[in-house]
Amino acid sequence: MVQGRKGERVRLYVRGTILGYKRSKSNQYPNTSMVQIEGVNTKEEVAWYAGKRLAYIYKAKVKKNGTHYRCIWGKVTRPHGNSGVVRTKFKSNLPPRSMGARVRVFMYPSNI
Amino acid sequence: MPLDVTNRRPKTIATSKKGTSNKIKAKEAVPLKKQGEPRWYSADDVPRAIPSRKSHAKPTRLRSSITPGTVLIVLAGRFRGKRVVFLKQLASGLLLVTGPYKINGVPIRRLNQAYVIATSTKIDVSSVDVKSIDDKFFAKAKEAPKKKKDGEEFFEQKEEKKVISDARKKEQSRVDGALLPLIKKVPQLYHYLNAKFTLTNGVYPHAIKF
Repeated sequence: MVQGRKGERVRLYVRGTILGYKRSKSNQYPNTSMVQIEGVNTKEEVAWYAGKRLAYIYKAKVKKNGTHYRCIWGKVTRPHGNSGVVRTKFKSNLPPRSMGARVRVFMYPSNI
Repeated sequence: MPLDVTNRRPKTIATSKKGTSNKIKAKEAVPLKKQGEPRWYSADDVPRAIPSRKSHAKPTRLRSSITPGTVLIVLAGRFRGKRVVFLKQLASGLLLVTGPYKINGVPIRRLNQAYVIATSTKIDVSSVDVKSIDDKFFAKAKEAPKKKKDGEEFFEQKEEKKVISDARKKEQSRVDGALLPLIKKVPQLYHYLNAKFTLTNGVYPHAIKF
């Protein structure tokens, strides 16, 4: 989202989908969101992503800091279940309208 | 702490009159000065400085995959996606890195380990001398103290172009001059460093062998 960048675009993040809040049948806990990371299908694969930073990017009508785009930062905390879904915590809870929306899973802090 | 406070301790505590119980009696003949004990006590309570619990003794542990000459992928910052050559770890724990500048526009720079992926590509950089470059090399030049802002000066848009010091340019050309022939020896390495790293469809970092 850097204005005026002319170079080739590189994607240094993995795409993810926000599935919703951590929840049981009738109760939800909005401080933790669940994210499905693309290409990750097992609990063992999630281990690579533990601790990686996430960004939920959304647009707003009012310009802040010179841009319409805004971001909520978070991180992957732990796997959720056996099939590659991941629990995440964000600096401020994600808004309900983020369910089903795209999230960027970055490759840092790196451990390779 | 006022220096003229007189806190003289009596040589001996005055003994009480006969017949009255006095616990102080037991403390007769208190010596005036013990070895190492301060002679004067301050009138006010002086808070003791808490010793710092930061351990500066051990430098940041360098990942075993990062050795001098390793090609690193920069994950964040201005040069994200670029592949750079690691030179050495500085005393501050940051990694000293260069593009080389001619290949991908990355100058001699410091990077944090956490924002870098080490690849298995390595070059032998033992012939490149980087002993003279340390954290002080990157210290910001102290600006002349700004005058008090007048009404006019305050609204003046300061057009300060970032000038790269000659010392930096000299070091850059020296280090890169030693590195470039080493890079050219390895087939395709020049173009490898020129290209940027990116994820594409179906490519997932947890499955990539870097």
